[in-house]
Amino acid sequence: MINKQFPSVAEAVSDIPDGAIVMVGGFGASGSPIELLHALIDHGAKDLTVINNNTGNGVVGLAALIGNGQVRKMICSFPRSSQSRVFPKLYREGRIELEIVPQGTLAERIRVAGAGIPAFYTPTTVGTVLADGKEVREFEGRDYVLEPWLKADFALIKCEVADPLGNLTYNKTARNFSPLMCMAANTTIVQTGKLVARGDIDPEHVVTPGIFVNRIVEVSHPVHEDTLIAEGRSYP
Amino acid sequence: MSTGWTREQMAARAALDIPDGSYVNLGIGIPELVTRFVPEGREFIYHTENGMLGMGPPPAEEDRDLDLMNAGKKYVTALPGAAYFHHADSFSMIRGGHIDVCVLGTMQVAANGDIANWSTGAPDAIPAVGGAMDLVQGVKNIFVITQHTTRHGDPKLVETCSYPLTGAGVVSRIFTDLAVVDITQDGFRVVELAPGVTFEEVQEKTGAAILPPD
Repeated sequence: MINKQFPSVAEAVSDIPDGAIVMVGGFGASGSPIELLHALIDHGAKDLTVINNNTGNGVVGLAALIGNGQVRKMICSFPRSSQSRVFPKLYREGRIELEIVPQGTLAERIRVAGAGIPAFYTPTTVGTVLADGKEVREFEGRDYVLEPWLKADFALIKCEVADPLGNLTYNKTARNFSPLMCMAANTTIVQTGKLVARGDIDPEHVVTPGIFVNRIVEVSHPVHEDTLIAEGRSYP
Repeated sequence: MSTGWTREQMAARAALDIPDGSYVNLGIGIPELVTRFVPEGREFIYHTENGMLGMGPPPAEEDRDLDLMNAGKKYVTALPGAAYFHHADSFSMIRGGHIDVCVLGTMQVAANGDIANWSTGAPDAIPAVGGAMDLVQGVKNIFVITQHTTRHGDPKLVETCSYPLTGAGVVSRIFTDLAVVDITQDGFRVVELAPGVTFEEVQEKTGAAILPPD
């Protein structure tokens, strides 16, 4: 019987090597896999390239991973927000690289990687500096920019409910990039708030089919980035 | 000399131009006020880039769901009939031309419909584009709500944007504190003046030629 369950977040991330490309689900605080990120901090892999819409908040989760000096490069659409201080400081000091990607292009580059399509044309960025150096082609009288797929070695994902096969459901807007990242990474590691038995998720309700998931760790009552920040916590 | 429309009145005026049944995406700032001024008898369905249609107003603090936020990362609610979806579907709605109206704030708009609202291009600025470039290319009607001039009195409606573009030739209508202005083949044209505001005042505060109302 297939069972993708891992006993702990520590074991689930233990083979992420230095230099890995890691996708991290979440949009701001919602959907951020805090326990997996903290396990990655404990594990200590460095020189990482991280793909996320943002760069984390406060000094927990993704921001803590960056602050711990483990990230060489961020690929994101919006690296600053009201509570993001770690990334801006390192960026201004020239200690971290940044690739800025429009949000819809970021999502689609991840989606097509999972779908086996190496590149696509999009109208987004036409006529802007973010299209500089990229191939532009006209279709039906309008210009489009060629964008490549975006793959990863690992994805760290938070979901609401999972079964041992890796079928997943999410909670509200915590879904965001996660189903796409599950498809695009070689090894997808999921922390779930609840692990249920095979058959307990209605097949009609599965959002991410288990074929896209490799490892499941149950993290009951996961901490939330906003709560940690409100409590003034930091990690490690 | 008039003071023109307030922020609320600008949002209310923009709401008047959104047809009943529209799917609408609102930018951060004054555009968010549009939800308070939906004309009687109309229904708009709000889209948020992070994966929801049918977004409702902010919840009371005790009713917050930490997993339910908008693209500005503020807590919101889901109205009856709402739907959640992942980011690729969300931006398919945007890029695929399924969203009817997007209302954005801006730093500059040019007479040819170019918009610059994501970066000043300053050397020490950290670039942050979010979904702005996808929205301006994909949504059917791009409305802009903005003060007519900057805090320093410089025009925000200009001949050519000096800041890096978000999109070229994409804006259709601008709602300022002084006037409603269309982008036409001949450049800016005043559609309506705020009460007490003269065309001459609008012309003086606009950084490009502007045509009077028809």
